[in-house]
Amino acid sequence: MNKAQLSLVNLSCEREERLIFSGLNAQYDAGDVVHIAGPNGVGKTTLMRIVTGLSSHYEGEVRWCGEVARGYEFHSSLLYHGHHAGINPSLTPLENLHWYFGLNGVAAASARSSLDTVFLNALAKVGLTGYGDIPCLHMSAGQQRRVALARLYISEAPLWVLDEPFTAIDKAGVAQLEQRIDDHAKSGGLVLLTTHQASALGNLKTLNMAKFAGGEQ
Amino acid sequence: MSDIAPQSHVLSASLRREFVLAFRNRGEVANPLIFFFCIIIFVPLGISPEGKVLAPLAPGMIWIVALLATLLSLDRLFRSDWEDGSLEQMLLSGQSLYLIVINKVFVHWLTTGLPLTALSPFLGVMMSLPAEGYLPLVSSLFLGTCCLSLIGAIGAALTVALRRGGLLLSLIIMPLYVPVLIFGTAAVRSAIDGYSVSGQFAVLGAMLTAALVLAPLAVSGALRISVDS
Repeated sequence: MNKAQLSLVNLSCEREERLIFSGLNAQYDAGDVVHIAGPNGVGKTTLMRIVTGLSSHYEGEVRWCGEVARGYEFHSSLLYHGHHAGINPSLTPLENLHWYFGLNGVAAASARSSLDTVFLNALAKVGLTGYGDIPCLHMSAGQQRRVALARLYISEAPLWVLDEPFTAIDKAGVAQLEQRIDDHAKSGGLVLLTTHQASALGNLKTLNMAKFAGGEQ
Repeated sequence: MSDIAPQSHVLSASLRREFVLAFRNRGEVANPLIFFFCIIIFVPLGISPEGKVLAPLAPGMIWIVALLATLLSLDRLFRSDWEDGSLEQMLLSGQSLYLIVINKVFVHWLTTGLPLTALSPFLGVMMSLPAEGYLPLVSSLFLGTCCLSLIGAIGAALTVALRRGGLLLSLIIMPLYVPVLIFGTAAVRSAIDGYSVSGQFAVLGAMLTAALVLAPLAVSGALRISVDS
Protein backbone atom coordinates (compact mmCIF):
# COMPACT_ATOMS: atom_id res chain seq x y z
CA MET A 1 0.00 0.00 0.00
CA ASN A 2 1.21 3.47 -0.87
CA LYS A 3 1.80 6.05 1.77
CA ALA A 4 -1.18 8.09 2.83
CA GLN A 5 -1.72 10.95 0.44
CA LEU A 6 -4.78 13.07 -0.14
CA SER A 7 -5.10 15.30 -3.20
CA LEU A 8 -7.88 17.74 -3.87
CA VAL A 9 -7.89 18.56 -7.56
CA ASN A 10 -9.63 21.69 -8.78
CA LEU A 11 -12.60 21.26 -6.42
CA SER A 12 -15.55 23.55 -6.68
CA CYS A 13 -18.93 23.42 -5.06
CA GLU A 14 -22.16 25.15 -5.90
CA ARG A 15 -25.31 24.98 -3.78
CA GLU A 16 -28.64 26.73 -4.33
CA GLU A 17 -27.15 28.63 -7.30
CA ARG A 18 -24.44 30.06 -5.08
CA LEU A 19 -20.80 29.27 -5.65
CA ILE A 20 -19.40 28.25 -2.28
CA PHE A 21 -15.81 27.70 -3.33
CA SER A 22 -13.93 27.02 -6.52
CA GLY A 23 -10.47 26.26 -7.83
CA LEU A 24 -9.43 24.44 -4.66
CA ASN A 25 -6.18 22.55 -5.20
CA ALA A 26 -4.24 21.02 -2.35
CA GLN A 27 -2.15 18.00 -1.57
CA TYR A 28 -1.35 16.51 1.81
CA ASP A 29 0.89 13.62 2.81
CA ALA A 30 1.26 11.29 5.73
CA GLY A 31 2.07 13.19 8.90
CA ASP A 32 0.12 16.31 8.03
CA VAL A 33 -2.46 17.85 10.34
CA VAL A 34 -4.57 20.19 8.27
CA HIS A 35 -6.64 22.90 9.89
CA ILE A 36 -9.46 23.89 7.56
CA ALA A 37 -10.02 27.49 8.54
CA GLY A 38 -12.39 30.27 7.65
CA PRO A 39 -15.48 32.08 8.89
CA ASN A 40 -18.92 30.45 9.20
CA GLY A 41 -20.57 29.52 5.93
CA VAL A 42 -17.37 29.44 3.94
CA GLY A 43 -17.81 25.72 3.22
CA LYS A 44 -15.66 23.92 5.78
CA THR A 45 -18.20 21.23 6.58
CA THR A 46 -19.17 21.05 2.92
CA LEU A 47 -15.55 20.38 2.00
CA MET A 48 -15.33 17.64 4.61
CA ARG A 49 -18.49 15.98 3.35
CA ILE A 50 -17.09 16.13 -0.18
CA VAL A 51 -13.80 14.57 0.92
CA THR A 52 -15.59 11.73 2.73
CA GLY A 53 -17.93 11.12 -0.19
CA LEU A 54 -21.15 11.99 1.65
CA SER A 55 -21.79 14.88 -0.71
CA SER A 56 -21.78 14.63 -4.48
CA HIS A 57 -22.49 18.30 -5.16
CA TYR A 58 -19.06 19.16 -6.46
CA GLU A 59 -16.83 19.24 -9.48
CA GLY A 60 -13.23 18.21 -9.52
CA GLU A 61 -11.58 15.20 -7.93
CA VAL A 62 -10.69 13.86 -4.53
CA ARG A 63 -7.80 11.44 -4.75
CA TRP A 64 -6.56 9.11 -2.02
CA CYS A 65 -3.13 7.52 -2.60
CA GLY A 66 -3.36 8.49 -6.25
CA GLU A 67 -6.74 6.93 -6.94
CA VAL A 68 -10.16 8.49 -7.06
CA ALA A 69 -11.30 8.18 -3.46
CA ARG A 70 -14.61 6.37 -3.62
CA GLY A 71 -13.89 2.66 -3.30
CA TYR A 72 -13.64 0.22 -0.40
CA GLU A 73 -9.96 1.02 -0.09
CA PHE A 74 -10.79 4.62 0.74
CA HIS A 75 -13.67 3.89 3.09
CA SER A 76 -11.64 1.40 5.11
CA SER A 77 -8.97 4.12 5.52
CA LEU A 78 -11.39 6.77 6.73
CA LEU A 79 -12.61 7.83 10.12
CA TYR A 80 -15.20 10.61 10.03
CA HIS A 81 -16.35 12.54 13.08
CA GLY A 82 -19.23 14.79 12.07
CA HIS A 83 -21.55 17.32 13.69
CA HIS A 84 -23.79 14.40 14.57
CA ALA A 85 -21.49 11.96 16.23
CA GLY A 86 -23.23 8.74 15.25
CA ILE A 87 -23.87 7.77 18.85
CA ASN A 88 -27.30 6.27 19.45
CA PRO A 89 -28.65 7.61 22.76
CA SER A 90 -30.56 4.41 23.57
CA LEU A 91 -27.39 2.33 23.46
CA THR A 92 -24.55 2.21 25.97
CA PRO A 93 -21.07 3.43 24.95
CA LEU A 94 -19.90 -0.18 24.71
CA GLU A 95 -22.78 -1.14 22.43
CA ASN A 96 -22.16 1.92 20.27
CA LEU A 97 -18.49 1.03 19.88
CA HIS A 98 -19.25 -2.63 19.18
CA TRP A 99 -21.56 -1.56 16.40
CA TYR A 100 -19.15 0.98 14.92
CA PHE A 101 -16.21 -1.38 14.88
CA GLY A 102 -18.35 -4.25 13.68
CA LEU A 103 -18.92 -2.17 10.57
CA ASN A 104 -15.48 -0.64 10.32
CA GLY A 105 -13.22 -3.41 11.51
CA VAL A 106 -10.56 -3.45 14.18
CA ALA A 107 -7.40 -5.54 14.42
CA ALA A 108 -8.33 -7.23 17.68
CA ALA A 109 -11.59 -8.39 16.12
CA SER A 110 -11.58 -11.71 17.90
CA ALA A 111 -13.65 -12.55 20.94
CA ARG A 112 -16.27 -10.12 22.16
CA SER A 113 -14.77 -10.17 25.64
CA SER A 114 -11.32 -9.08 24.47
CA LEU A 115 -12.95 -6.34 22.40
CA ASP A 116 -14.72 -5.21 25.55
CA THR A 117 -11.34 -4.62 27.19
CA VAL A 118 -10.10 -2.66 24.19
CA PHE A 119 -13.21 -0.49 24.23
CA LEU A 120 -13.17 0.02 28.00
CA ASN A 121 -9.53 1.12 27.78
CA ALA A 122 -10.41 3.62 25.09
CA LEU A 123 -13.35 4.91 27.14
CA ALA A 124 -11.02 5.29 30.12
CA LYS A 125 -8.67 7.37 27.97
CA VAL A 126 -11.46 9.82 27.13
CA GLY A 127 -12.38 10.05 30.81
CA LEU A 128 -15.39 7.76 30.83
CA THR A 129 -14.17 5.12 33.28
CA GLY A 130 -17.19 3.27 34.66
CA TYR A 131 -19.59 4.60 32.03
CA GLY A 132 -19.37 1.55 29.75
CA ASP A 133 -22.83 0.23 30.52
CA ILE A 134 -24.82 3.42 31.05
CA PRO A 135 -27.15 4.35 28.17
CA CYS A 136 -25.81 7.45 26.43
CA LEU A 137 -29.04 9.39 26.94
CA HIS A 138 -28.17 9.65 30.64
CA MET A 139 -24.89 11.38 29.80
CA SER A 140 -24.07 15.04 29.21
CA ALA A 141 -23.50 16.42 25.71
CA GLY A 142 -19.75 16.51 26.27
CA GLN A 143 -19.69 12.92 27.49
CA GLN A 144 -21.62 11.77 24.42
CA ARG A 145 -19.09 13.52 22.19
CA ARG A 146 -16.34 11.76 24.16
CA VAL A 147 -17.88 8.37 23.40
CA ALA A 148 -17.53 9.16 19.70
CA LEU A 149 -13.98 10.41 20.24
CA ALA A 150 -13.05 7.12 21.93
CA ARG A 151 -13.00 5.74 18.36
CA LEU A 152 -9.80 7.71 17.79
CA TYR A 153 -8.02 5.50 20.32
CA ILE A 154 -9.12 2.28 18.64
CA SER A 155 -9.35 2.92 14.93
CA GLU A 156 -6.53 2.00 12.57
CA ALA A 157 -7.77 4.23 9.78
CA PRO A 158 -4.98 6.51 8.52
CA LEU A 159 -7.23 9.36 7.37
CA TRP A 160 -9.16 11.22 10.04
CA VAL A 161 -11.73 13.79 9.03
CA LEU A 162 -12.81 15.58 12.20
CA ASP A 163 -15.49 18.23 11.96
CA GLU A 164 -15.38 20.36 15.13
CA PRO A 165 -13.99 17.58 17.33
CA PHE A 166 -13.51 19.95 20.28
CA THR A 167 -17.16 21.00 20.57
CA ALA A 168 -18.46 20.56 24.12
CA ILE A 169 -15.09 19.15 25.30
CA ASP A 170 -13.42 20.68 28.35
CA LYS A 171 -9.88 22.16 28.36
CA ALA A 172 -8.10 19.10 29.67
CA GLY A 173 -9.96 16.97 27.15
CA VAL A 174 -8.93 19.24 24.29
CA ALA A 175 -5.27 19.05 25.30
CA GLN A 176 -5.46 15.27 25.44
CA LEU A 177 -7.18 15.11 22.08
CA GLU A 178 -4.55 17.31 20.49
CA GLN A 179 -1.92 14.97 21.86
CA ARG A 180 -3.72 12.02 20.26
CA ILE A 181 -4.00 13.85 16.92
CA ASP A 182 -0.32 14.68 17.07
CA ASP A 183 0.60 11.04 17.81
CA HIS A 184 -1.55 9.88 14.93
CA ALA A 185 0.15 12.25 12.50
CA LYS A 186 3.59 11.18 13.74
CA SER A 187 2.76 7.54 13.16
CA GLY A 188 1.98 8.22 9.49
CA GLY A 189 -1.63 9.34 9.65
CA LEU A 190 -3.31 12.30 8.03
CA VAL A 191 -5.79 14.53 9.85
CA LEU A 192 -8.22 17.11 8.48
CA LEU A 193 -9.94 19.12 11.16
CA THR A 194 -12.03 22.20 11.65
CA THR A 195 -12.12 24.12 14.89
CA HIS A 196 -12.73 27.66 16.04
CA GLN A 197 -10.47 27.25 19.05
CA ALA A 198 -6.85 28.36 19.01
CA SER A 199 -4.91 25.17 18.58
CA ALA A 200 -1.73 24.25 20.40
CA LEU A 201 -0.74 21.77 17.73
CA GLY A 202 2.77 22.47 16.46
CA ASN A 203 2.93 21.13 12.94
CA LEU A 204 -0.40 22.52 11.82
CA LYS A 205 -0.96 23.26 8.13
CA THR A 206 -3.77 25.68 7.43
CA LEU A 207 -6.14 25.54 4.49
CA ASN A 208 -7.81 28.92 4.42
CA MET A 209 -11.16 28.43 2.76
CA ALA A 210 -11.71 32.17 2.42
CA LYS A 211 -9.09 32.19 -0.37
CA PHE A 212 -11.31 30.00 -2.54
CA ALA A 213 -14.61 31.64 -1.72
CA GLY A 214 -17.20 32.04 -4.45
CA GLY A 215 -17.00 34.59 -7.22
CA GLU A 216 -13.50 34.16 -8.64
CA GLN A 217 -14.37 31.63 -11.29
CA MET B 1 -3.78 0.06 6.31
CA SER B 2 -6.79 -1.62 7.82
CA ASP B 3 -8.84 -3.99 5.71
CA ILE B 4 -12.55 -3.76 5.40
CA ALA B 5 -14.44 -5.63 8.12
CA PRO B 6 -15.77 -9.05 7.08
CA GLN B 7 -19.47 -9.29 6.32
CA SER B 8 -20.12 -11.72 9.17
CA HIS B 9 -19.04 -9.01 11.63
CA VAL B 10 -21.24 -6.45 9.91
CA LEU B 11 -24.17 -8.83 10.02
CA SER B 12 -23.83 -9.68 13.70
CA ALA B 13 -23.00 -6.11 14.76
CA SER B 14 -25.95 -4.54 12.99
CA LEU B 15 -28.41 -7.29 13.92
CA ARG B 16 -27.41 -7.06 17.56
CA ARG B 17 -27.82 -3.30 17.48
CA GLU B 18 -31.28 -3.45 15.90
CA PHE B 19 -32.50 -6.03 18.41
CA VAL B 20 -31.19 -4.07 21.38
CA LEU B 21 -32.76 -0.89 20.04
CA ALA B 22 -36.11 -2.61 19.43
CA PHE B 23 -36.01 -3.92 22.99
CA ARG B 24 -35.06 -0.55 24.54
CA ASN B 25 -37.79 1.26 22.59
CA ARG B 26 -40.46 -1.35 23.13
CA GLY B 27 -43.15 1.27 23.77
CA GLU B 28 -42.74 2.59 20.25
CA VAL B 29 -42.59 -0.91 18.87
CA ALA B 30 -45.83 -1.90 20.60
CA ASN B 31 -47.68 1.14 19.29
CA PRO B 32 -48.77 -0.31 15.90
CA LEU B 33 -49.85 -3.55 17.56
CA ILE B 34 -52.07 -1.74 20.01
CA PHE B 35 -53.49 0.29 17.13
CA PHE B 36 -54.25 -2.92 15.20
CA PHE B 37 -55.85 -4.51 18.24
CA CYS B 38 -57.99 -1.48 19.12
CA ILE B 39 -59.43 -0.94 15.64
CA ILE B 40 -60.44 -4.57 15.26
CA ILE B 41 -62.02 -4.55 18.73
CA PHE B 42 -63.95 -1.39 17.82
CA VAL B 43 -65.44 -2.78 14.61
CA PRO B 44 -67.91 -5.24 16.23
CA LEU B 45 -68.73 -2.60 18.84
CA GLY B 46 -69.30 0.13 16.28
CA ILE B 47 -70.95 -1.77 13.43
CA SER B 48 -72.71 -4.84 14.75
CA PRO B 49 -71.65 -7.85 16.77
CA GLU B 50 -73.63 -10.14 14.44
CA GLY B 51 -71.59 -12.76 12.62
CA LYS B 52 -73.64 -12.38 9.44
CA VAL B 53 -72.62 -8.73 9.14
CA LEU B 54 -69.00 -9.13 10.23
CA ALA B 55 -67.94 -12.29 8.40
CA PRO B 56 -67.91 -10.74 4.88
CA LEU B 57 -65.95 -7.77 6.20
CA ALA B 58 -63.42 -9.79 8.19
CA PRO B 59 -60.65 -10.57 5.64
CA GLY B 60 -60.57 -7.08 4.17
CA MET B 61 -60.85 -5.32 7.52
CA ILE B 62 -58.03 -7.28 9.15
CA TRP B 63 -55.79 -6.79 6.11
CA ILE B 64 -56.47 -3.06 5.86
CA VAL B 65 -55.74 -2.46 9.52
CA ALA B 66 -52.56 -4.57 9.34
CA LEU B 67 -51.48 -2.40 6.42
CA LEU B 68 -52.20 0.83 8.29
CA ALA B 69 -50.43 -0.45 11.40
CA THR B 70 -47.32 -1.16 9.29
CA LEU B 71 -47.53 2.30 7.77
CA LEU B 72 -47.69 3.79 11.26
CA SER B 73 -44.45 2.08 12.23
CA LEU B 74 -42.45 3.03 9.13
CA ASP B 75 -41.63 6.59 10.06
CA ARG B 76 -39.25 5.54 12.81
CA LEU B 77 -37.37 3.01 10.65
CA PHE B 78 -34.48 5.32 9.71
CA ARG B 79 -35.42 8.43 11.72
CA SER B 80 -33.13 8.01 14.74
CA ASP B 81 -30.18 6.89 12.60
CA TRP B 82 -30.63 10.00 10.51
CA GLU B 83 -30.87 12.30 13.52
CA ASP B 84 -27.86 11.05 15.46
CA GLY B 85 -25.53 10.65 12.47
CA SER B 86 -25.41 6.84 12.54
CA LEU B 87 -26.69 6.81 8.97
CA GLU B 88 -23.62 8.77 7.82
CA GLN B 89 -21.40 6.28 9.58
CA MET B 90 -23.21 3.38 7.88
CA LEU B 91 -22.62 4.95 4.47
CA LEU B 92 -18.99 5.73 5.24
CA SER B 93 -18.16 2.28 6.56
CA GLY B 94 -17.91 1.19 2.92
CA GLN B 95 -19.97 -1.88 3.74
CA SER B 96 -22.72 -3.16 1.52
CA LEU B 97 -25.75 -1.05 2.37
CA TYR B 98 -27.89 -3.89 1.04
CA LEU B 99 -26.86 -6.00 4.02
CA ILE B 100 -27.41 -3.25 6.57
CA VAL B 101 -30.79 -2.32 5.10
CA ILE B 102 -32.03 -5.89 4.95
CA ASN B 103 -31.04 -6.32 8.60
CA LYS B 104 -33.00 -3.27 9.61
CA VAL B 105 -36.05 -4.32 7.61
CA PHE B 106 -35.85 -7.86 8.97
CA VAL B 107 -35.90 -6.63 12.57
CA HIS B 108 -38.68 -4.20 11.69
CA TRP B 109 -40.74 -7.09 10.33
CA LEU B 110 -39.94 -9.28 13.35
CA THR B 111 -41.23 -6.56 15.66
CA THR B 112 -44.20 -5.40 13.55
CA GLY B 113 -45.28 -7.80 10.80
CA LEU B 114 -44.75 -11.02 12.69
CA PRO B 115 -46.68 -9.97 15.84
CA LEU B 116 -49.47 -8.66 13.59
CA THR B 117 -49.60 -12.04 11.90
CA ALA B 118 -49.59 -13.86 15.21
CA LEU B 119 -52.35 -11.63 16.53
CA SER B 120 -54.59 -12.01 13.48
CA PRO B 121 -56.33 -15.33 14.38
CA PHE B 122 -57.57 -13.84 17.66
CA LEU B 123 -58.92 -10.85 15.82
CA GLY B 124 -60.42 -13.26 13.30
CA VAL B 125 -62.52 -14.57 16.19
CA MET B 126 -63.63 -11.04 17.04
CA MET B 127 -64.64 -10.53 13.41
CA SER B 128 -66.44 -13.92 13.14
CA LEU B 129 -64.11 -15.09 10.39
CA PRO B 130 -65.33 -18.43 8.98
CA ALA B 131 -63.16 -21.41 10.00
CA GLU B 132 -61.75 -21.99 6.49
CA GLY B 133 -60.30 -18.49 6.48
CA TYR B 134 -57.85 -18.76 9.39
CA LEU B 135 -54.96 -20.57 7.77
CA PRO B 136 -55.04 -18.46 4.56
CA LEU B 137 -55.34 -15.28 6.68
CA VAL B 138 -52.28 -16.10 8.75
CA SER B 139 -50.20 -17.31 5.81
CA SER B 140 -51.19 -14.41 3.55
CA LEU B 141 -50.34 -11.93 6.32
CA PHE B 142 -47.04 -13.74 6.91
CA LEU B 143 -45.97 -13.22 3.29
CA GLY B 144 -47.77 -9.91 2.90
CA THR B 145 -46.33 -8.12 5.94
CA CYS B 146 -42.81 -8.99 4.71
CA CYS B 147 -43.66 -7.21 1.45
CA LEU B 148 -45.14 -4.29 3.36
CA SER B 149 -42.00 -3.83 5.47
CA LEU B 150 -39.70 -4.03 2.45
CA ILE B 151 -41.72 -1.70 0.25
CA GLY B 152 -42.38 0.69 3.11
CA ALA B 153 -38.65 1.00 3.77
CA ILE B 154 -38.28 2.68 0.36
CA GLY B 155 -40.71 5.40 1.38
CA ALA B 156 -39.10 5.75 4.80
CA ALA B 157 -35.68 6.17 3.22
CA LEU B 158 -36.91 8.73 0.69
CA THR B 159 -38.61 10.89 3.33
CA VAL B 160 -36.14 10.56 6.20
CA ALA B 161 -34.51 13.93 5.50
CA LEU B 162 -37.81 15.79 5.41
CA ARG B 163 -39.00 17.48 8.54
CA ARG B 164 -42.61 16.35 8.16
CA GLY B 165 -42.31 13.34 5.92
CA GLY B 166 -45.25 11.41 7.34
CA LEU B 167 -47.87 12.52 4.83
CA LEU B 168 -45.54 12.19 1.87
CA LEU B 169 -44.51 8.75 3.07
CA SER B 170 -48.13 7.58 3.00
CA LEU B 171 -48.68 9.05 -0.47
CA ILE B 172 -45.58 7.36 -1.88
CA ILE B 173 -46.24 4.00 -0.29
CA MET B 174 -50.01 3.59 -0.61
CA PRO B 175 -50.12 2.83 -4.37
CA LEU B 176 -47.34 0.27 -3.93
CA TYR B 177 -49.31 -1.45 -1.18
CA VAL B 178 -52.42 -1.89 -3.32
CA PRO B 179 -51.37 -5.12 -5.12
CA VAL B 180 -50.33 -6.73 -1.84
CA LEU B 181 -53.70 -5.86 -0.32
CA ILE B 182 -55.66 -7.12 -3.33
CA PHE B 183 -53.96 -10.52 -3.46
CA GLY B 184 -53.84 -10.89 0.32
CA THR B 185 -57.56 -10.39 0.81
CA ALA B 186 -58.38 -12.34 -2.36
CA ALA B 187 -56.57 -15.38 -0.94
CA VAL B 188 -58.64 -15.33 2.25
CA ARG B 189 -61.92 -14.73 0.41
CA SER B 190 -61.30 -17.53 -2.09
CA ALA B 191 -60.55 -19.94 0.74
CA ILE B 192 -63.80 -19.00 2.49
CA ASP B 193 -65.73 -19.48 -0.77
CA GLY B 194 -64.12 -22.89 -1.21
CA TYR B 195 -61.87 -22.11 -4.19
CA SER B 196 -58.20 -22.90 -4.61
CA VAL B 197 -55.83 -20.27 -3.20
CA SER B 198 -52.58 -21.40 -4.83
CA GLY B 199 -52.75 -18.66 -7.47
CA GLN B 200 -53.00 -15.84 -4.97
CA PHE B 201 -50.24 -17.29 -2.85
CA ALA B 202 -48.01 -17.70 -5.88
CA VAL B 203 -48.46 -14.01 -6.67
CA LEU B 204 -47.82 -13.01 -3.05
CA GLY B 205 -44.68 -15.13 -3.04
CA ALA B 206 -43.52 -13.61 -6.31
CA MET B 207 -44.09 -10.11 -4.93
CA LEU B 208 -42.12 -10.98 -1.81
CA THR B 209 -39.22 -12.35 -3.85
CA ALA B 210 -39.14 -9.28 -6.07
CA ALA B 211 -39.33 -6.97 -3.06
CA LEU B 212 -36.58 -8.90 -1.27
CA VAL B 213 -34.21 -8.50 -4.21
CA LEU B 214 -35.09 -5.00 -5.38
CA ALA B 215 -36.36 -3.01 -2.40
CA PRO B 216 -33.04 -2.93 -0.46
CA LEU B 217 -31.33 -1.56 -3.59
CA ALA B 218 -33.91 1.22 -3.84
CA VAL B 219 -33.60 1.89 -0.10
CA SER B 220 -29.80 2.14 -0.33
CA GLY B 221 -30.08 4.61 -3.18
CA ALA B 222 -32.72 6.64 -1.37
CA LEU B 223 -30.61 6.78 1.81
CA ARG B 224 -27.60 8.06 -0.14
CA ILE B 225 -29.76 10.79 -1.69
CA SER B 226 -31.23 11.71 1.70
CA VAL B 227 -27.78 12.08 3.29
CA ASP B 228 -26.44 13.96 0.28
CA SER B 229 -29.16 16.60 0.24
